Amino acid sequence: MLATILRARFTPLLALAVLMAVIPLVAPSAFYLRVAALVWIFALAALGLTILMGYAGQVSLGHAGFLGLGAYGVAIGPAHLGLSPVLSLFLSAAAAGLIAYVVGRPILRLRGYYLAIATLGFGMILALVFNSETAITGGPDGMQVARLTVFGWRISGTQNWYWVAAGALLIGAWIALNLVASPTGRALRALHDSEVAASAVGVDVSRKKLAAFVIGAVYAAFAGGLLAAMNGLITPEAAGFMHSIELVAMVIIGGMGSVIGAVVGAAFLVVLPQALTAFQDYEQALLGLLIMVFMILLPGGIVPTARKWLLERLS
Amino acid sequence: MRPSAAVRGTLRALALAATLTSPAFAADPIKIGSVVSATGPAAFLGDPEARTLKLYVDALNKKGGLLGRPVELVLYDDGGDANKARTFATRLIEDDKVVAMAGGTSTGSTMAMIPVFEEAKVPFVSFAGGIEIVEPVRAFVFKTPHTDKTACQKIFEDMKARGFTKIGMISGTDGFGKSMRGQCLKVVGDYGITILADESYGAADSDTTPQLNKIKNTPGIQAVLNPGFGQGPAIVTRNYAQLGITVPLYQSHGVASKSFITLAGPAAEGVRLPAPALLVADKLAAGDRQKPVVAAYKDSYEAATAQPISTFGGYAFDGIQLVVQAIEKAKSADPQKIRDALEATKDYVGVTGIYTMSPTDHLGLGTESFRMLQIKNGDWVLETPGQ
Repeated sequence: MLATILRARFTPLLALAVLMAVIPLVAPSAFYLRVAALVWIFALAALGLTILMGYAGQVSLGHAGFLGLGAYGVAIGPAHLGLSPVLSLFLSAAAAGLIAYVVGRPILRLRGYYLAIATLGFGMILALVFNSETAITGGPDGMQVARLTVFGWRISGTQNWYWVAAGALLIGAWIALNLVASPTGRALRALHDSEVAASAVGVDVSRKKLAAFVIGAVYAAFAGGLLAAMNGLITPEAAGFMHSIELVAMVIIGGMGSVIGAVVGAAFLVVLPQALTAFQDYEQALLGLLIMVFMILLPGGIVPTARKWLLERLS
Repeated sequence: MRPSAAVRGTLRALALAATLTSPAFAADPIKIGSVVSATGPAAFLGDPEARTLKLYVDALNKKGGLLGRPVELVLYDDGGDANKARTFATRLIEDDKVVAMAGGTSTGSTMAMIPVFEEAKVPFVSFAGGIEIVEPVRAFVFKTPHTDKTACQKIFEDMKARGFTKIGMISGTDGFGKSMRGQCLKVVGDYGITILADESYGAADSDTTPQLNKIKNTPGIQAVLNPGFGQGPAIVTRNYAQLGITVPLYQSHGVASKSFITLAGPAAEGVRLPAPALLVADKLAAGDRQKPVVAAYKDSYEAATAQPISTFGGYAFDGIQLVVQAIEKAKSADPQKIRDALEATKDYVGVTGIYTMSPTDHLGLGTESFRMLQIKNGDWVLETPGQ
C-alpha cells in the first residue's frame, strides 16, 4: 500500500502541496516564511537543472546566468521599455529559452561535456555584462525592480510572496512530473543511460538534449524573475559563477533526476547558512564538509537514497 | 516527560556558569543588528567592519553597557550577496527583534535591505558609499561614509581657492569613476569652474596617453581631475608625468591608500587628493578635534587585531557609535525614538568626520570631513592643517 503510494506519479506533488500549506501554520515569524519562499524559488531553478542533469546527462555550469537573465528581464522591462512587470517575467523566461536554444544548438551536437564548458563561459560573460553595463543594469550596485501587479493586486509582503513562490513551484513541479512521464521524458532517460542505445532505437539525441537545456533555462529564468521581484532589487552576484555552482550542488545533494530532490537540495543550501550563523567564521568550511560527507555517504543524493531504502523496507 | 535529575543539575550548572562568565546584568540586552560582507569579494571592506563592531560592542559592555543594560550585537555575514543580505535583514527584524541596525557593506546590499527596515520602522545606519542611500532622504535610513559629491566639492573648493576656473577631467568607466564623474558634473557649476575636456578610460586600460594628449592640447586648462578607483588612476598619473603635463593633477578619495603611491611611483609627486582624517592620523594638527578620536580608534583597533586600520572599519565605528549615542540621548531603546535622536545628531566627532544630521540630510558630513593632501617624497602631506 505504502509502496504503491510512494511509486505513484503525483505523490511528490501532493506531499509538496501539503508541506506548503503546513509551513505558514507553524512558522513563528515572517522570517521563516521568507526562507521558505527562497527555498521554493531556488527549487524551481534546481528543478530545471535536474531535468538537464538527471535526464539528459548534461551539466550546465552557467545556470545562474539564465537566472540572472530572468531577473534582469523583470527589472529592465518596466524600467527601460515600459512593459508591465508580469509580462516582462514571461518575456524574459521566453528570451532565456531562445538564448539557450541558440547557444545549445551547435554545442549539443557534440558528445561529452562540451555544454559544461560552454555554459561556464556563457554564465561568466552574462555576469560581466550585468556588472559593467551600468547604464542598463545599474552595474555592481544592482537595479531596483518594480512591484509585480496581477489583476490590479500589487504583490508585496513576505506572506503573499510565499504563496506566489509556492504556486510557481507547484506548477513547475507538475509540468516536470508530466514531462518525465511523457515520451520526451522516456527518451531523455534512455539517452542518459546510453546515448548509443537511445539513438539506435530512434531517439534524436541532440534534439532531446537541446530540449532539456531550453527547459532548464526557462525554469531558471522564471525563478530569477520571481527572486528579483520578491526582493525588489537585483545585483550581478545572482548571475555569478558561485551561484551556478550552488545550483548544481542543490541538484546533486537532493538527488539528480528527482523532482522532490531538487526541493530538498534547495532547502539544504538555503536553510543551512541560516542554521550555521553561530559558526559564521567557519560557515564555508562547514558547508563544504557537509557536502563532502553527503557525497561519500549518499552518492545518489538524499531523496533517491531515502526512497530506495523505504521501498526495500516495504517490499 | 520531565528531564531527569542529572539533566536538570547539569542545566542549572550551565546556567550558573553562563551568569558567572558575563558581567551580571539584571535587564534584557539591547539588541543591535548588523549585516556585513565579512567574506566574499567585498571582504576587504566587510572584514574590518565586522572586527570593529565586535571590538566596540565588547568594550561598551565592559564599561557597563547602555542605559544599564548590556548590548548584544547580532552580526550576520552576507558573503557579498544582496539576496542573502535581504534574508538576514528580515531575520534581524522578525526573529532577533533588533532595535537598530548598523551595517550594509556595499550599496547593493544596503539597497536590498532598506525596504525591510523602512517597513518595520527600525533605524538603519549604512556603511556603504552610494549617494542613492540618503538621496532622497528615507525616514529610517542613515549612512556614515562620505559620498562622491562631497569629494567633488572638496576638490573644487581647493581649485577655486587656487584660482583655477578651467579644468580637464579624465574618469574611469567603472562604477566608481562613472558615479563620481556624474556627481562632479552636477556640482562643478557652483564653483564657477568649467570643464573644457571630459575624457574617459576603461578600468583595464594599460595606457591613457591619447586621452591625456587631448587634454594637454586643449588650450586654457589650468588643472586636471581624475575620478577613478584601482590601478587606472596610477596609470593616468604615470602617463601624465611621461607627457610632461605641468598643470596640477587632482586624484579622488578612491586612491587614498599607500598602494597608489607605490603604483604610481615618482610620478605621484605633487598630486593632490581629498582623503579622510584616518589616513593621516599621525599628521593631524594638535588642535584638530578629530585627532583624539582617530588616534584612540587606531590604537585600539591595531592592538586588538594586529592589522592596520582602514577607512571602512572607520565607517563601522562611526555607524555603531552614532546608534549608541542616539540610544543614550533618547534614554530609550525604542526604534522610533532612536531614529529621532539619530536625525538630531549634532556635532558628533567621529573617525570619518564631524556629523550634524537634519531631516533633509541623513549623512551629515560637509567638505571639512575630507583633508586635502599632497604627495611629497612618497608620503602624504596635509595641505591645510587643522581647522
